[in-house]
Amino acid sequence: MAGVIAVLEQRDGTLKRVSYEALTAARALADALGGEAHALVIGPAGIDAGDVGTYGADKVFVAADDALTLYQADQYAQIAAAQVGSDDYAAAIVPATALGKDLAPRIAAKLDCPFASDVTSVRHDGGVVVTRPVYAGKADYTLKVTATPCVVSLRPNAVMPVEAKRDATDEQAAAAESDRTAAKTLEIKQPDRAAQDVAEASVVVAGGRGLRDAESFKLIEDLAEAVGGAVGASRAVVDAGWRSHSEQVGQTGKVVSPNLYFAIGISGAIQHLAGIRTAKTIVAVNKDPDAPIFKVADYGIVGDLFEVVPRLTQEIKQAKEG
Amino acid sequence: MKIAVCVKRVPDSEARIKVGADGKAIDEAGVKFVLNPYDEYAVEEALKLKEAGGSGEVVIVCVGPEAAQETIRTALAMGADTGVLLKADKVGLDPLPVAKALAGELKDGGYDLVLLGKMAIDDSSHAVGPMVAELLGMQCVSAAAHLEMGEGGGKAEREIEGGVEVVEFGLPAVITADKGLNEPRYPALRGIMMAKKKPLEVKDAALESGGIEVVNLAPPAERKAGRIVGEGADAVPALIEALRNEAKVL
Ligand SMILES: Cc1cc2nc3c(=O)[nH]c(=O)nc-3n(C[C@H](O)[C@H](O)[C@H](O)COP(=O)(O)OP(=O)(O)OC[C@H]3O[C@@H](n4cnc5c(N)ncnc54)[C@H](O)[C@@H]3O)c2cc1C
Ligand SMILES: Nc1ncnc2c1ncn2[C@@H]1O[C@H](COP(=O)(O)O)[C@@H](O)[C@H]1O
Repeated sequence: MAGVIAVLEQRDGTLKRVSYEALTAARALADALGGEAHALVIGPAGIDAGDVGTYGADKVFVAADDALTLYQADQYAQIAAAQVGSDDYAAAIVPATALGKDLAPRIAAKLDCPFASDVTSVRHDGGVVVTRPVYAGKADYTLKVTATPCVVSLRPNAVMPVEAKRDATDEQAAAAESDRTAAKTLEIKQPDRAAQDVAEASVVVAGGRGLRDAESFKLIEDLAEAVGGAVGASRAVVDAGWRSHSEQVGQTGKVVSPNLYFAIGISGAIQHLAGIRTAKTIVAVNKDPDAPIFKVADYGIVGDLFEVVPRLTQEIKQAKEG
Repeated sequence: MKIAVCVKRVPDSEARIKVGADGKAIDEAGVKFVLNPYDEYAVEEALKLKEAGGSGEVVIVCVGPEAAQETIRTALAMGADTGVLLKADKVGLDPLPVAKALAGELKDGGYDLVLLGKMAIDDSSHAVGPMVAELLGMQCVSAAAHLEMGEGGGKAEREIEGGVEVVEFGLPAVITADKGLNEPRYPALRGIMMAKKKPLEVKDAALESGGIEVVNLAPPAERKAGRIVGEGADAVPALIEALRNEAKVL
């Protein structure tokens, strides 16, 4: 019976949330196919994949070695391709993160199999069928895979992790040739553990030119902290140098799918909207009642952000404490 | 250094995207096509490396329709030396056949470096670069926003969630370019005139069909209009109430 394997991602030995998303998608697809869901964990020695069974894995393959703490593309790809190729899998699901976007196509190339990138849904309908936003969110492809296995990368936050208890057994994963000459990841610079990435966060608080200057972004940071979210930015403020490009949301920035997106002092230009189309709930604060952002926002407040945002931050804090 | 740059012809980022009559592809009528913006960074980087080295050759390779000659000419006008068009009227949604066609062309070319964009802005696969590297057995860094070349290799930096990954690689290598790598030059008039005379070879790509079939292409689902909960700071309690009890996201 064809199964599905999720290739999980860790940072510093801890599995990331996107891993549980990939696993949840793998479990659902495996159920539709009547097969098993497996997981592959690549990381440092002693990595704990203990709760993987909670999210539906029947089997967990582990490649644990301190040389695999950071993403070493060549070795990760060798291990993953060998593992995916070792069984009769219908699909391998990889999170579409910076790591997964590099790893997933390598697996497909090694196995000479089809690849669908950054999908927002994977299902079974006479074969593996996926939804892929293209043209920067201006259209969606529905694609059917015609060969097995296939590799798909799954957009962060597109699938909510769902618990599905299984008695997962741990097994040794395939190994990589260690003496190949390969590119080597030396380090991760400026790891800013406090800051979540906009593309992965389940809440994003984004600010635009309405903030007037870089210093006022403190208001956005405070609200982000109160809701436990990441800070995002429009291109106008990135171009002005108030925020870094890594925070830009939109067509030429990041595409985000959080549960909750705040657009504060952002007009809602088409290129910005392209990045937030798959956000679940959008809140807009803007002083202009005709701003296009209100056409896509689920909830809006018309008003001066310098009055609305501090109050919002304060009341959310109070509500959390109370 | 001998450098290849793979470029794709894509709809301009500001183009209005309309689904064609067959419901499986875009309606190309009236759509302006351009050199993929991320590939401009790749071309620029190749030119900078050639200039810094004082010698070398920059070859542009593209899989696409006849009209993609124009895309290649844009890169030649920026300063690249020669171009190859691997002609294919239809390029499918599976990136592997394209990667195979490119790898086949590059395999015996004696390239030290193969540069690509991190992704094509039409199908946004973010895949062809790492695939080409695997097929050629070359070292690879994708989405490089900073590149430093040294003797026989180099160091690249790529943005990852919450940090920057530093990767050391040896030549020959495949590097894909992210925004921030450089500022692409505009072709000057002289460059445009010269580009017309530069060699551009056209041959058939003989693309494999790939393992992905289009069921349909559709405009994104419209978000249903929401509501204004109120004006000014006094509307905050109503907003929090809605987020908690209606949307259930707080
Ligand atoms: C090829 C291309 C790609 C692009 N890619 C992107 C992209 O990826 N991401 C992106 O964001 N943009 C992108 N843009 C730019 C986009 O077109 C807009 O220019 C940009 O999004 C505007 O940013 P903004 O909303 O912050 O600024 P503005 O459009 O200036 O809007 C500021 C808003 O703040 C409101 N405001 C002002 N003061 C207050 C106040 N005190 N209280 C409340 N509200 C206030 C105003 O009413 C206004 O609506 C792109 C453009 C092009 C051409
Ligand atoms: N048809 C093509 N011809 C030449 N290069 C391509 C083609 N498609 C993609 N590429 C290259 O691969 C990069 C990544 O594209 P993609 O994987 O499709 O997002 C692009 O930026 C180009 O450099």
